[in-house]
Amino acid sequence: MSVAAGTLATRTPSSSQDSRRRIVAEPAPVRWLIVGVALLFLTVFLVVPLVAVFYQAFSRGVWPYLGALTHPDAVAAIKLTLMVAAISVSLNLVFGLIAAWAIAKFEFRGKSVLITLIDLPFSISPVISGLVFVLLFGAQGFFGGYLQEHDVRIIFALPGIVLATVLVTFPFVARELIPLMQQQGTQEEEAAISLGASGLQTFFRVTLPNVKWALLYGVLLCNARAMGEFGAVSVVSGHIRGETNTMPLHIEILYNEYQFMASFAVASLLALLALVTLIAKVVLEKYVGAE
Amino acid sequence: MKRLLTGIIASVTLSVATHAADVTLLNVSYDPTRELYADINKAFAAKYQAETGKSIEIKQSHGGSGRQARSVIDGLPADVVTLALAYDIDEVAQRGALAADWQTKLPQNASPYTSTFVFLVRKGNPKGIKDWDDLAKPGVKVITPNPKTSGGARWNYLGAWGYALKKPGGTEDSAKAFVKAIFANVPVLDTGARGSTVTFVERNVGDVLIAWENEAFLSINEFGKDKFDIVVPSITILAEPPVAVVDKVVDKKGTRAAAEAYLKFIYTKEGQEIAAKNYYRPRDPEVAKKYENVFPKVALFTIDEVFGGWKVAQKKHFADKGVFDEIYSQ
Amino acid sequence: MTATTARRLGFRQPSVIPGFGLTLGLTLSWLALIVLIPLAALFLKTTELSFDQFLAVVTSRRALNALKISFGLSLIAAFINLIFGFIVVWALVRYEFPGKRVFDALIDIPFALPTAVAGIALTTLFAENGWLGSLLVPLGIKVSFTPLGILIALVFIGLPFVVRTVQPVLLDLDLELEEAAETLGANRWQVITKVILPVIGPSLLTGFALSFARAVGEYGSVIFIAGNLPNVSEIAPLLIVIRLEEFKYADATAIAVVMLLASFVLLLAINRLQRWSEVRTGRL
Repeated sequence: MSVAAGTLATRTPSSSQDSRRRIVAEPAPVRWLIVGVALLFLTVFLVVPLVAVFYQAFSRGVWPYLGALTHPDAVAAIKLTLMVAAISVSLNLVFGLIAAWAIAKFEFRGKSVLITLIDLPFSISPVISGLVFVLLFGAQGFFGGYLQEHDVRIIFALPGIVLATVLVTFPFVARELIPLMQQQGTQEEEAAISLGASGLQTFFRVTLPNVKWALLYGVLLCNARAMGEFGAVSVVSGHIRGETNTMPLHIEILYNEYQFMASFAVASLLALLALVTLIAKVVLEKYVGAE
Repeated sequence: MKRLLTGIIASVTLSVATHAADVTLLNVSYDPTRELYADINKAFAAKYQAETGKSIEIKQSHGGSGRQARSVIDGLPADVVTLALAYDIDEVAQRGALAADWQTKLPQNASPYTSTFVFLVRKGNPKGIKDWDDLAKPGVKVITPNPKTSGGARWNYLGAWGYALKKPGGTEDSAKAFVKAIFANVPVLDTGARGSTVTFVERNVGDVLIAWENEAFLSINEFGKDKFDIVVPSITILAEPPVAVVDKVVDKKGTRAAAEAYLKFIYTKEGQEIAAKNYYRPRDPEVAKKYENVFPKVALFTIDEVFGGWKVAQKKHFADKGVFDEIYSQ
Repeated sequence: MTATTARRLGFRQPSVIPGFGLTLGLTLSWLALIVLIPLAALFLKTTELSFDQFLAVVTSRRALNALKISFGLSLIAAFINLIFGFIVVWALVRYEFPGKRVFDALIDIPFALPTAVAGIALTTLFAENGWLGSLLVPLGIKVSFTPLGILIALVFIGLPFVVRTVQPVLLDLDLELEEAAETLGANRWQVITKVILPVIGPSLLTGFALSFARAVGEYGSVIFIAGNLPNVSEIAPLLIVIRLEEFKYADATAIAVVMLLASFVLLLAINRLQRWSEVRTGRL
């Protein structure tokens, strides 16, 4: 049942089990070969690109790096990105909790179709995720005429960017929570209800504490994806400097202006945010392991 | 939920939308004009402030000409469009955002500056590239963007076509074979002019870049005279990137006067100087004379002469199942 | 709600826990608002084409090639991730080596790193004058601006999936099973193929399918490193963008619909697979 984003987090904390692991059955050369291949693969595909980003970002020293990050257009992009992420993540947080409650605590028909639909945005091409909102709210779109009459701007403005981001990050929180809440079952909630607790009390005092780490982890992943989304946002942004350019779009613009160093500087900031997310995740896992 | 959502969005939009300037214009432009309009905007803002006492801020949006036109069609509220070719503005006009006769509203086909296409080669020209013919030779790697998405690439495609047509004994068939041979030499087809320049200059791919003249100059300035040479072909196409006020937007926003003043400013001596400094060929004869040493003299043909205008050229070459599609599907 | 009303409603099992109607209602509304209505718009736009036109668009040589490239390379990338992902998981779960925790944490990088950043970084690395590209050029291998470049980008973005789906299952695997098999005289190879693979097989397949699904739609990281040549290195999402820029909205949506249906079928298959594996391993 644990598909999509959910799977990435539902990991048994490994720390306590490592010590119990028996000494390996494979002969030492095979062991080292496997570890060697694994490390080589990870180094080429993960470490080197990451190092390259930071290397290029600092290729002219610290001051130009800071200069690139404090350029007004960069600051505007950073602000916009943070705002978009904040709105999209909170919306998906609320939705994720509600959906997980409905899906995990009750048995009903059509559940697997519902879960598949929640998963769907995960495998939609980001370009399509942007395109659908152009089709709906663009001047030539289905609601375009109405919106123009009433002077409401959705695409090429913040609401469009938020909508595209929400669609792209739609499954993250829900898929993080559903497997865990299903696994935990309904006994604790049933006990609380039978002892006279209201639904909301049960949710806040029983369910939420049980899933808080998974929830936080889902939020972190959702946030990382929200800040980094490129394809979908690119379609609905309009690329107005200092106004509708998010950080990933700003990176592309700088890259196209031959400002490679500045481009990698902004990229490194995003990579840094991603790293912080991952570190936070490791810390979280330690906590979960300790509990 | 929905009300909450709209509430949040509305309040955030308001906080984003507050600007310090009295007037704000949005100039939606194509890829290589970033530096040009950064300079123009600065000069115009100073002049506007001095003349009217009002501050003005001009926001820029850049991208492939086709993508930018699409954004305006989809409702990007551009006060002015300054695109790579007339066809893209025609597309916008066709959907009612501006009058069909927009090109008559400003002098010189509404193109305040012109440009052309030259070849950027590696220092010392190791492949000995002198003219369009050399681009079709086997073993020469040519970098150009995709004519389907890039306005510049459409111009240079037509440049190659026109050259082949004007050669002694040139026919439609020989021109098609010639252009096909050039595109057979293209290893990377970026979506925009800037992407191609980065590929050629920074990634070291290819022997020759068919570039906007101003892009070629800019590359040499950015990356050093010791790395690249500019080769001017015997004959090439005169590119006229047009500008227009988007009627629907300025009438709604009440910015028509400012938008028109902005575009007219590009035609003034000051505007023309800025264009020339950014390596766009000025229209003004005096300014052109002053900068005549900068721009190599080259025989130029126009799209109207050889192709009968953009609409005809677009339909024949770049529309779905047009000549360009044939070249790639055979 | 009593058992009788529930039976009358007929579609859910009774429960004392409140909030079913409210939460399911909100879930469906939100789902409709953000996912279903926008996707319906996609299908609606496609209906502007007649069926013959639709077929002509999606079966044109260029569209077919783009779909072939997207699906084909994604398949290869997912396969590479399947093999190397399994090796990585095995190393991470079964062995001790220095820096293990760091590498474990880094697995998620492609997931959190913006795709455009990944694209630019990979292009820089694998360009002929890049760190890795300059090592490969003497060997006659070109990565940037070739289908191989697309493949690298797709491997990069799909990397976490196999690792993260197999990891928990392998951790849960009861070692006594293996030991029992060994005492019964099975050699190591037999243990791996007869005992371990059947248990982790479904999760390997799930990881494979997820990494495939993610790769098919990928845009940001690929356009930088691909040569974007029609019929050679042009991916389907790029073709959608190109059709948009030619003002051909209906054509763009037609290709999008094909991709969307493929994704949906794929996801449904993954969910089935998961259910099947849960039934098989007795977890349900």
